[in-house]
Amino acid sequence: MIAGLAQPLPEDLYRTIRLIRRFEERAIDLVRSGDIVSGIHPCIGQEAVAAGIGAALRRDDMMMAHHRSHGHMLAKGTDPGRLLAEMAGRATGVARGRGGSFHPSDFSVGVLGCSGTVGHGAPVAAGAGWVLAQEGARRVAIGIFGDGAVNQGALLESFNMAALWHVPVVFVCENNLYATTLPVETAVAGSITARAAAFGIPASSHDGMDPEVVFEATAAAVTQARDGGGPAFLEFTCYRFEGHHTFELKAGLRYREADEVARWRARDPMELAGSRIPAGRRQQIDEQVEADLDAAVRFALESPKPEPDEALDYLFSSGLRPRGGMPGSRHGRLGTSQEHPAGRKG
Amino acid sequence: MPLLSYLRAINRALGDEMERDPAVFIMGEDIRHALTNTTTGLLARFGPQRVLETPLSEQGFTDFATGAALAGRRPVVEYQIPFLLLLVFEQIANQANKVSVMSGGQASVPVTFLLPAAGWRPGWGGQHSDQPYSMFAHFGVKTVLPATPTDAYGLLVSAIRDDDPVTFFAPIAAHGVRENVLPGDLIPVPLGVSRVHRPGSDVTVVAVGHLVHDALAVAADLDGEVSVEVLDPRTLYPFDWDGLAASLDKTGRLVVIDDSNRFCGLGAEIVATAVEEMRIDVPPIRVTRPDGAVVGCLPELDLALQPSREQLATAIRAVIKGGC
Repeated sequence: MIAGLAQPLPEDLYRTIRLIRRFEERAIDLVRSGDIVSGIHPCIGQEAVAAGIGAALRRDDMMMAHHRSHGHMLAKGTDPGRLLAEMAGRATGVARGRGGSFHPSDFSVGVLGCSGTVGHGAPVAAGAGWVLAQEGARRVAIGIFGDGAVNQGALLESFNMAALWHVPVVFVCENNLYATTLPVETAVAGSITARAAAFGIPASSHDGMDPEVVFEATAAAVTQARDGGGPAFLEFTCYRFEGHHTFELKAGLRYREADEVARWRARDPMELAGSRIPAGRRQQIDEQVEADLDAAVRFALESPKPEPDEALDYLFSSGLRPRGGMPGSRHGRLGTSQEHPAGRKG
Repeated sequence: MPLLSYLRAINRALGDEMERDPAVFIMGEDIRHALTNTTTGLLARFGPQRVLETPLSEQGFTDFATGAALAGRRPVVEYQIPFLLLLVFEQIANQANKVSVMSGGQASVPVTFLLPAAGWRPGWGGQHSDQPYSMFAHFGVKTVLPATPTDAYGLLVSAIRDDDPVTFFAPIAAHGVRENVLPGDLIPVPLGVSRVHRPGSDVTVVAVGHLVHDALAVAADLDGEVSVEVLDPRTLYPFDWDGLAASLDKTGRLVVIDDSNRFCGLGAEIVATAVEEMRIDVPPIRVTRPDGAVVGCLPELDLALQPSREQLATAIRAVIKGGC
């Protein structure tokens, strides 16, 4: 039990896991139907990490996540309908359809973004945390990345700066054992936690398949950061049950043995969390989640897409509109044919 | 008022903006000791939290600045050497500059990336002498290249206040420029507005950075022979196309002198747009570094690769002759 932080009810953790699981499954349906054009990076199997982290954070804490982060966002409080709309490229999405499944952000709940450059979200989180420390509201930043990120220079640089400057940032490595097809043991010399420990950051490794374990570890790290104790590093060992990306539904890559996948599926975090609550309550939650997701899918698919002539919107915060791809297009000076330079040549 | 130097103008702009807005801070290497002379006196005035000395971790601290901006700050990040901007090109072009659109307008990243020593310095070798501004303009990053101390002051103030990322290039070869400055001369210069340093009627010379001063010298030399208009875009992206068009409406002839490499450099864009959209009576000429130039450590070799006054005079005479 962490002082000052209420323990989440087992049913809250189950509800979050169930929501993420079914959200991803419904999203895969929308990939198959062609409504989510990009495909997605499903986090099915890793929901306990998101649920445990989300329960340990406040809404006004800041999160920088990665390409497999629908679950983190839902656990942080993002509306499922607006996230699905984002993934389907709708104007009602959390980022008006400009971030998509790969790069969504939701500043209303403190999600700064999902970096596509593996590992480079960690220094962004550190920079945000450095500011939060000076604002004095005991807020923290959290930077989430996978095992594939731990050999990126910028990530290791961010550990150094966070430790030097005592930044309230919690670094979370979701070690799902594969960077796309690359097994972690063929990519990581030494250990993952030793990387953070080398900078003097308290680092520990935990079971990422149990949401209560994730919550306990994250809450302790977050509390330490809020209390001025500086950064922390957590490794959660987990497993994605699906492919790296939905293209694997067709590609059939064979980098994992069927036995291995089956062993991890037997440790399904949804079943573990579900076993901790009464069956009747579980069924009620399932029905509510399904009803919420029915509404979310309906909201997403009924929402309009941005118009093609809005493709340059939001490119600059200052409102600057760049030129288009043809002479004179979006160029105020050449609005009429009689002004066209061809008429003045010679 | 005493003469204002280029680097002192940058120093003044930093100090004034940090005084005006507590969200502004500067980070970089050796800035506590003002190695580049831009941060002189700022540590004593504003303390270590706003003059943030960094380890040599350029990629990490560039992303760090983006995070600080997302949390409400207006960072100025200093890089000592041009190639460091190549090291952090991803962090600027692919991270900081894409937040606005990828967030659907939820957030902005008001970071200024300050390069106080852009371009060649005699003997400093192949890895210290580049002018990578065209790359940033190509990626749609706001990019400024002031030629004078007052423009350096005014454009740095505007860059810091701008809600988008801005790269600020201060050419080494312009550091020696000094101006008599009166109270009231140091004012913000809006991004995207060019400056005609010398009016003329026969040919428009677009010159950037320190080459503005070379162009003015050549224009003076040719006085009586050719009437040269010297136009300094000051901001490379967004470019002041209306300003260029107004000048070409008068002259119909164009020479561009640009310290970029020739292939896909800024000069190519200026010439292409002028030919597509503006009054051009004779084919324009670019004076640039060669394709993929490596200017290195031996001044005799390096100067042969850099745009020169002689080349500019030749180009001006050629477009005048071509039009007759």
